[in-house]
Amino acid sequence: MQAQAGAGRRGRDDIEALIIDILLVLMAFTVLILVRIRHLFTVVVLSGIYSFLMATVLVALDAVDVAMTEAAVGAGVSTVLLLGALHLCKSEEARPAHKPWIPLAVSVSTAALLIYGAMGLPDFADPDAPIHHHVVPRYMQNETDVPNVVTAVLASFRGYDTLGETTVVFTAGAGVIALLRRRRKAVEKADGK
Amino acid sequence: MKHDLVLRVIGKLLIPYILLFALYVQFHGDFGPGGGFQAGVIFAAGIVFYALIFGLENARQVMPDRLVETMLSSGVLIYAGVGLAGLFLGGNYLDYFVLDPNPVHGQHRGIFWVEAGVAITVCGVMLKIFYMFASRGRSE
Repeated sequence: MQAQAGAGRRGRDDIEALIIDILLVLMAFTVLILVRIRHLFTVVVLSGIYSFLMATVLVALDAVDVAMTEAAVGAGVSTVLLLGALHLCKSEEARPAHKPWIPLAVSVSTAALLIYGAMGLPDFADPDAPIHHHVVPRYMQNETDVPNVVTAVLASFRGYDTLGETTVVFTAGAGVIALLRRRRKAVEKADGK
Repeated sequence: MKHDLVLRVIGKLLIPYILLFALYVQFHGDFGPGGGFQAGVIFAAGIVFYALIFGLENARQVMPDRLVETMLSSGVLIYAGVGLAGLFLGGNYLDYFVLDPNPVHGQHRGIFWVEAGVAITVCGVMLKIFYMFASRGRSE
């Protein structure tokens, strides 16, 4: 009985791994097309599709809150912002003046380093991995009595970090206001003269 | 896109549920996945969707610039204010245990207000950046 349940679980895990692999292959295809295409509207739409695929992968990995952020920010708001920016400039990407050998070498060597580093990581969902020890047992004791541990860690245990993050978001907004509003005033002044 | 009937109908049907889902993610964040950041982003995405279909001016009437700018700063102030409240009640900065006679209730109260602050700031920033970009092409 138990062996059967174990086999069923393994089958489910295999299907999950298959789904994730298919999604990752689709993402790789999207990136290859993105690199080749020079029509910027297509590029924006394709990067939205890339974000949606990423969000689906995150759902399959049980990280639903990250998936919600990715779908809303990556696929939703940033696609709209990029389309708004596209409205202000040319819709065709200019040909680069130089051959992209140096950036290619940098990105290939970074990828090689990352893959080499990933080989040293513990297995996926390994309960003995270092990230599941250290402070985690104390977090899991849950003295805050909030069922969602992610919320407890973000808002309570690591409240200082989240305060910093909120300040960063606020600073980004304030920076955009400072940059764009000044320009609009300058234009109005130029019109007045 | 103002004259696209399908989009208008679908938008009218969906937008209330998007906003409702944002509130659900916000207030159910203690129990299920989600929290302030997700809620703020989803709420902002709903308003951006409205602006895309019904025009920027209509969206500006729903969420005026002044309100959005107030949200931008008041979220951070609420967050920092929770920290200060902890100080005044005799704890450390951002210490929620002192916010209520029952320490566990204090934690809940602290997390509630902190998440509210995050959601308000994130929603304000998203909407402000969208308004700024969307109105640029028009003035030039």
